[in-house]
Amino acid sequence: MITYDSIQELADRARKKGKRISELVLEDQALHMEQSKDELVELMRKSLHVMAAAAKSGLTSRSLSASGLSGGDANKMKQVVDGGRSLSGKVLSETLAKALAIAEVNACMGRIVAAPTAGSCGIIPALLLTLKEEHHLTEDQVVMSLFTAAGLGMVIAKKASISGAEGGCQAECGSAAAMAAAAAVELMGGSPQMSAHACAFALKSVLGLVCDPVAGLVEVPCIKRNASGAANALVAAEMALAGIESTIPVDEVIGAMKAIGDAMPKALKETAEGGLADTPTAKKIAREILR
Amino acid sequence: MNVFDIIGPIMVGPSSSHTAGAVRIGQIARVVAGGKPVAVTIELYGSFAQTYKGHGTDKAIIAGLLGMAPDDQRIKDSLALAGQAGMSFKFRKSSNQAVHPNTALISAVDQLGKKTIVQGSSVGGGRIVVNRINEINVKFKGDYYTLLIPHTDTPGVIAAVTKLLADHGINIAELNMYRSHRGGEAMMVIETDQAVKAEVVSLIEAVKTVKKAVLIEPIY
Ligand code: SF4
Repeated sequence: MITYDSIQELADRARKKGKRISELVLEDQALHMEQSKDELVELMRKSLHVMAAAAKSGLTSRSLSASGLSGGDANKMKQVVDGGRSLSGKVLSETLAKALAIAEVNACMGRIVAAPTAGSCGIIPALLLTLKEEHHLTEDQVVMSLFTAAGLGMVIAKKASISGAEGGCQAECGSAAAMAAAAAVELMGGSPQMSAHACAFALKSVLGLVCDPVAGLVEVPCIKRNASGAANALVAAEMALAGIESTIPVDEVIGAMKAIGDAMPKALKETAEGGLADTPTAKKIAREILR
Repeated sequence: MNVFDIIGPIMVGPSSSHTAGAVRIGQIARVVAGGKPVAVTIELYGSFAQTYKGHGTDKAIIAGLLGMAPDDQRIKDSLALAGQAGMSFKFRKSSNQAVHPNTALISAVDQLGKKTIVQGSSVGGGRIVVNRINEINVKFKGDYYTLLIPHTDTPGVIAAVTKLLADHGINIAELNMYRSHRGGEAMMVIETDQAVKAEVVSLIEAVKTVKKAVLIEPIY
């Protein structure tokens, strides 16, 4: 049984057994949940299908959320990508478009997969689905990589938090980016240790990020943080695959994230009392919406 | 915790606590009320009261009362669907700070005019805690098969019910008793590892002083 206390331990175990992290996590979860590996893979495939459907509908939709605060940005981004006018190239711009798309679908009461939360639901699928398209990966490979994402997410949830109310946005969009980065590394043939470094990079880049949703709604800044979270994941995966290593070991980074989350004042943890939620514009929006 | 708590659940957005959890509270109220009510009044507390429109908490609770699950894509149209289904509803915002921040108190009236009250709180990640059924304060999360058994507080009732479960190979994960006062109205809440068949539920209902047995299926 895996205890999910340490990402390093997970990576070491994978290396010793000559397996991928996803294989270890799948075997462990099949035992833990008393179901066959095939059953779990099919359940995960169902989630991937929901993710793909959300990306697809979000990219074409121009409808607005109930508050009127969001909608249509993914479509704008997608037009730039399709028109070949992107500044940063196909993989990144397509990833950004999908991240916005899925987060907008969430804001508009569409169906998504919390990954790890609803607020951060666009990050993991945006990167993995884009890599699948651009690098011609199979669906089975992407489904398996979600077990790596989930395995690392379980360690983060256990040792720190994956909830904005508990740990700020570093715990939501940060964790999602870290999970996505590790999964992307595995998908692109990187080692378990590289996945661990990628996870560390992504978290380190957003340590201290607060949760400050305008009017308490999962829209501003959440949707755009899904885009930047997906970009963060791509940057982290790229560096790890180049053989770059994190000076601070991944488990210590998670420890730091926990300490920072604990030290964060309540006003910056989903209560909509601080940060962006406390700006004059946000307060005006809140007054208008909540009237 | 397992992998599907992290990649999952599949749900309708935008918020696991304000939307998915709210659907679940509505679903449980529907089961406890014995089916679709004809009129409901919903009192919202804390951030449910402040943000319910933007998060669709109102649509989510109504969807649950109509029997939809948290991943049902009709949730966003539930207010209109309630009209078609002949269920009227009213929302009230409460400024009472005493309860958990994300709480809804649902009063549901059925066709015969019988009223059922269910109060639940959404505690994060789509998880909920039901904290009141009619006049009795309870506490359960709905992540197991959960039997609600209102009865009169008399000796031997618990023994009779647990024996029935044991005889049918059903293992109890947790059992709690709540009562208004000694010898008065009481509620047994039993969480089990296995599904409880309808015939076992009827056998429990036949136990002396048991008024009713309601089975709630686990969340995901
Ligand atoms: S700002 Fe808060 S609500 Fe929005 S995505 Fe980040 S953690 Fe979630």
